[in-house]
Amino acid sequence: MLLIHCPYCEEERPELEFRHAGEAHIARPENIAEISDEAFQRYFFIRANPKGVTFERWRHIHGCGRFFNAARDTVSDRFLMTYKAGEPKPDLGEAGGNQ
Amino acid sequence: MTQPFRLPTAGRLDAAGTVSFIFDGKPHTGLAGDTLASALLANGVHLVGRSFKYHRPRGILSAGAEEPNALVGIHRDPARKTPNVRATVQELYDGLAAVSQNRWPSLAFDVGALNDLGAPFFSAGFYYKTFMWPRAAWERLYEPVIRRAAGLGTAPDQPDPDRYSNRFAHCDVLVVGGGAAGLAAALAASEAGARVILADEQAEPGGSLRFEAGAVIDGMPGWEWAQRTAAQLAARDNVRLLTRTTGFGYYAQNMLGLVERLTDHLAAPHPEAPRERLWQVRAKRVVLATGAIERHMVFPDNDRPGIMLASAARTYLNHFGVAVGRRVAVYTADDSAYAAAIDLKKKGVEIAALVDLRPAPQGAHVEEARGLGIEVLAGHAVTGTEGRLRVRRIDVAPVNGGAPRQIEVDALVTSSGWTPAVHLFSQSRGKLAFNEATQRFLPGQYVQDAVSVGAGNGTTGLGEAVAEALQAGEKAAKEAGVSKARAKVPNLEAGSTERWSSGMAGAAPGAEAGKKAMAFVDFQNDVTAKDIRQAVQEGMRSIEHVKRFTTTGMATDQGKTSNLHALTIASEMLGKPIPEVGLTTFRPPYTPVTFGALVGHGRGALFEPTRRTPIHTWAEAHGAVFEDVGQWKRAWYFPSGGEDMHAAVARECRTVRQSAGIFDASTLGKIEVVGPDAARFMELMYTNPWQKLAVGRCRYGIMLREDGFIYDDGVVGRLAEDRFHVTTTTGGAPRVLHHMEDYLQTEFPDLKVWLTSTSEQWATIAVQGPKSRDIVAPLVEDIDLSDEAMPHMSVREGRVCGVPARLFRISFTGERGFEINVPADYGLSVWEAVWAEGGKHGACAYGTETMHVLRAEKGFIIVGQDTDGTVTPDDAGLGWAIGRKKKDFVGIRGLKRPDLTAPGRRQLVGLKTSDPKTVLEEGAQIVADPNQPVPMKMIGFVTSSYWSENCGRSIALALVENGSHRMGERLHVPMPDGAVEVEVVPTVFFDEKGERTNG
Ligand SMILES: [Zn+2]
Repeated sequence: MLLIHCPYCEEERPELEFRHAGEAHIARPENIAEISDEAFQRYFFIRANPKGVTFERWRHIHGCGRFFNAARDTVSDRFLMTYKAGEPKPDLGEAGGNQ
Repeated sequence: MTQPFRLPTAGRLDAAGTVSFIFDGKPHTGLAGDTLASALLANGVHLVGRSFKYHRPRGILSAGAEEPNALVGIHRDPARKTPNVRATVQELYDGLAAVSQNRWPSLAFDVGALNDLGAPFFSAGFYYKTFMWPRAAWERLYEPVIRRAAGLGTAPDQPDPDRYSNRFAHCDVLVVGGGAAGLAAALAASEAGARVILADEQAEPGGSLRFEAGAVIDGMPGWEWAQRTAAQLAARDNVRLLTRTTGFGYYAQNMLGLVERLTDHLAAPHPEAPRERLWQVRAKRVVLATGAIERHMVFPDNDRPGIMLASAARTYLNHFGVAVGRRVAVYTADDSAYAAAIDLKKKGVEIAALVDLRPAPQGAHVEEARGLGIEVLAGHAVTGTEGRLRVRRIDVAPVNGGAPRQIEVDALVTSSGWTPAVHLFSQSRGKLAFNEATQRFLPGQYVQDAVSVGAGNGTTGLGEAVAEALQAGEKAAKEAGVSKARAKVPNLEAGSTERWSSGMAGAAPGAEAGKKAMAFVDFQNDVTAKDIRQAVQEGMRSIEHVKRFTTTGMATDQGKTSNLHALTIASEMLGKPIPEVGLTTFRPPYTPVTFGALVGHGRGALFEPTRRTPIHTWAEAHGAVFEDVGQWKRAWYFPSGGEDMHAAVARECRTVRQSAGIFDASTLGKIEVVGPDAARFMELMYTNPWQKLAVGRCRYGIMLREDGFIYDDGVVGRLAEDRFHVTTTTGGAPRVLHHMEDYLQTEFPDLKVWLTSTSEQWATIAVQGPKSRDIVAPLVEDIDLSDEAMPHMSVREGRVCGVPARLFRISFTGERGFEINVPADYGLSVWEAVWAEGGKHGACAYGTETMHVLRAEKGFIIVGQDTDGTVTPDDAGLGWAIGRKKKDFVGIRGLKRPDLTAPGRRQLVGLKTSDPKTVLEEGAQIVADPNQPVPMKMIGFVTSSYWSENCGRSIALALVENGSHRMGERLHVPMPDGAVEVEVVPTVFFDEKGERTNG
C-alpha cells in the first residue's frame, strides 16, 4: 500500500484514503461543443500511459475530498511529488527520467 | 521403547514434558517443544510423504520453513483440516493428529508410485506436450486424472471456523529475522531509542544458534544469549517482539506484511482467540536479518527418506536431542557439514563416512573430524543410494575414478553450501548482485530504506555478523530520525568455531549431463537435473522459461533449496555465466499464507457494510422478504397469508393502482446542490435546462458522461434560487457526487457551489395511488395539496406529522403520488403514521419488485438495468430531456459523435409476447429470424421483463437495433425450449396518455 502526500491536508496518508482519477493535465476544451472529432478523440480517449513518470490525478476521497495531481514513476511506483489541482505541470528535470 | 532416537544427553527439551500425537492413525509420543518433524524422527519415522509427480517416498529434508518434502495434513476437528503443513514448522501439541498426503492406499504402499516407473513419460514439459490434444480431453480426462494423481493435500470441505485478526503498525526500525544478527540489530536500534518491531518465524528467536554448538556471544553459549536478549528486548517499552511471525511480503514504501501464528501450536486454543494475525507494518527503516538456507547435494537418488540437510541433523540433535540415525554418513562440498559429523559423533552416533567432494579439504574442522576417528573420504562422491522406504546404503566412489564402495547407513546428511535468503530484499525491488568469489547472489542496490545483515547479506562469520548487525541497528535508528543522547550501543564479543564456505551448486558426480540418474533439484515439484538440461535442449534460454517448462521452483516452497542448483545447471548447459542466465523473480509470500490471514474479519456479514433504512425494522416485523441492492437491504415484497412472491406482487401492483401503496424509498441517493451558481452548475452536469425551473418545481434530470452515454438519472427539485434537492439512483449517489465534485473542483472551480451528500439524512416515504392525497393530507400541516397549489412535479417544504419535511409530488408509478422526505430519525414514526392513514383507504406496503413492475408498465427506465453504459438519451427515448439550446453540458460533444448519431442504433422498445402468459427472461437475446443458422445475428436483448397484473399480461423492455422503427414487427427470443415470438410496441403499457398522475 502506497503512502500519498495530500497537498491540501499536507500530510502522508495511506492509499486506502485515496481514489485514483486518471491522467492529469487534460483540460476540458472551453468550446467543447464545437471541437472536431479528432480533437475530441485526443481529449477524451487518448492517454499517454507511459513507462516512467506519469502525471495523474488523485482524490483524497476519504479525507478532505480534494482532487490533486501527482507525478509518479510507473516503474518504481514512487511518488515524485504531489501538487494542488490547477497548478502547472512541474518540470521534474532529471527526476523525470526513467529510474 | 518410545522415542528410541531421543538422546538423553542432547538437546534442550525437558524429558518430563511428554506429549502424545498421532501420525497416520498410529499413536506416538514426543516432547513439549518438539516440532512434528523432530517428534517423528525421535520415533524413527523418516517416511512422511509421497512426492508430487512420481509418488516417490519422501522424508524430512530440513528443520525449517524451507521444507519441500515433509508436507502433512493437520486434522484438529472436522472443520479444521489444514493441508500442506510443513512438519518442520508445526509445533507439537498434546493430541495433535497428522496425516500423510498424496498417497493411496497407504504411505508405505502407494499405487501412484507407478508414475515413478513411467518417469521418462513424465519428464519436463510433459503437461504441455502430452496433453495438448484433443482439446475436449483436457476438461473431461486429462485434468481430472492429473489433479487426482498429482497433488498435494486435500482442501477442507467445511467453512473455516477460525477468526483471523488484522493490525496496522508503524515503527522506526523493523527487524525481520531473530537470529544472532537480528537480535543484535534490534538491541542496538532499541538502545538508541528507536521504536522497534522484531519478527521471527520460530517459537523462540535464535535462528542458527539453535544448532551452532560452538557459538559464544557475550561470554555465554549462543542460544542462551539469544533467549536472554529476547527477554531483554521484550521487556523494553519501545520494542515489540513477535515470535511465530513470518515476514512474508515486502511492498512499496517500506510496508511489510507479517503473519503471526497464534494458536496452531496450542492443544486447546480459546475458541474466540484469533488463529492468525496479519500485521501490516510501515517502517522507517527495515533491517533484513533473514539468514541463509542450506542446499542439498544433487546426486543420483538423493531423495530417499533419511537423506537430509546437515544443518537439519544438527538442529534435531543439538536442539531437540534427536539423532537422525544410528549410522550416519555425511556428504558435502562445504565446510559447515563437518560440524554435523563432529556433533553427532560426540553424542555417540556412528559416522559411517564423511564424503567430501573437494580433493583436499583443510582446516581445524577436518583435523577435528579425523581426530574423532571419522573416516574423511576427500575427493569422493556419493554416486547412488539404495533403500525403498528409507536410505539403507550409499555408493561412494573417488571423483577421479576408482573402485566404488558400498557403505551401509540409516541416514545421510548433505550440504552443498548456503544460499543467502534474499527473498524479501528482492521483493523490495532491490537489485541482486552475483558475487563471483563466493558464487552466490547477494543484496546489491537498495531501492527502499532497508539494509541486510548477517548470513542473508553474505556475512557468514558469527563475530562479523553480530558486529555488522549492531552497527546497522544503530544506523537505522539514526536514519529513522531517532536521536537519543548517550545511547549505549553494546559491544558484543561473538565468535564461533563454525566454518562456512561457499560450497558448490549444480549437479554432483553421477548426475552429470548424459546420465539417466534421478538426481533431484526440486523435491517438491519432482524436478531432476536431467529435466533442467532437457529444457535447455528443447530451446528454453531464459531461466524464466526453464522454470515454467520444468516447474522448478514453482511449488509452495518456491525453490528455497533448489533455485541456485537449477540456475547453475541451466547456465552450464547454456555455456553462459550464471548472472547472464539471470535469476527468477522472488514474489510474496515468502512462505504460504492462509487466505484467512489475508481476509481477516472481512468475510460473511463483515465482508462489506450492510445498509438498512430507518424503516427496516418495520418491514421486517411485517414479513417483508428482502433483496440486496448494492449494500442496501431493501424490502422486496410483503407476502401475507401464505402468498408466494407472484401472488404478493400481483396484489401489491393491483392495490397501488386501485387505492394506494406505501413504499420505502429511503435508499434513493440524495445530493444537495447549493450556491449562487447552483443552477449554472446543474446546467453543466445534466442535459436538461435548469435556469428557468421555477422554485418549488421538479424536473427529471439525465446525467451523461463526457462520451454522451447515460450515467445517472433522477428527479431534481428546486427549493430556492440557489438550492437544488437532487436524487440519484439507489447506490448511485457516491459516484454521482464524485463525478460532480470532479467537475466542480477541476473544470469549473470558479463556480460558487457546494455539494453535500444527504442520502442518509432523509428518510423517503413514497405514497402512490389514487388515494395518496387522502392518506397524506391529514398528516401535512402547512402545505396546500390541491392540484392548483401543488401540481404534479412540484416540491414544498413544510411539516409532516410535526416534523420538518420536504414533500414532493412526483410519481414513479404513473399514479398520483407523493414522496415525503423527513429527517432519518423520524422516518420510522412518520412511516407508521402514514401506514395508519393508509389502512383507512385500503393501502398496502409494497416492495421493490412491485416498484419495478409499476414503473415498467409506464416505460420508466432504471439506469443500469435498461441502460448499460452505451445508451444515449435518444436511444432510451429520452431525447426530450436534452436542452437543445444549451451551449454546454457534460456529454454535449460526445452526443455528436458519428456513431451516436448514426441511424439503426439499439433503441429502447417495449415487447409483448404473442402468448401473453409467457414472461421473457431478462438478458435474453433477440433475433429477427429464429431459423437462421447458429451463431445467429443478435439484434438486441431484453432489459426488463415482468408479469403485469394490471395489464393482465407479460410486459418487457428491450434494447433492439433500430427498435423505434420496428413498431409492430415480430421478433424472436430463442430459448433452450424454442424461440418465443414477440411484437415490438411502445414502451408505455399502461395509461398511455398519462392521465392518472392527476387522477
Ligand atoms: Zn487531503
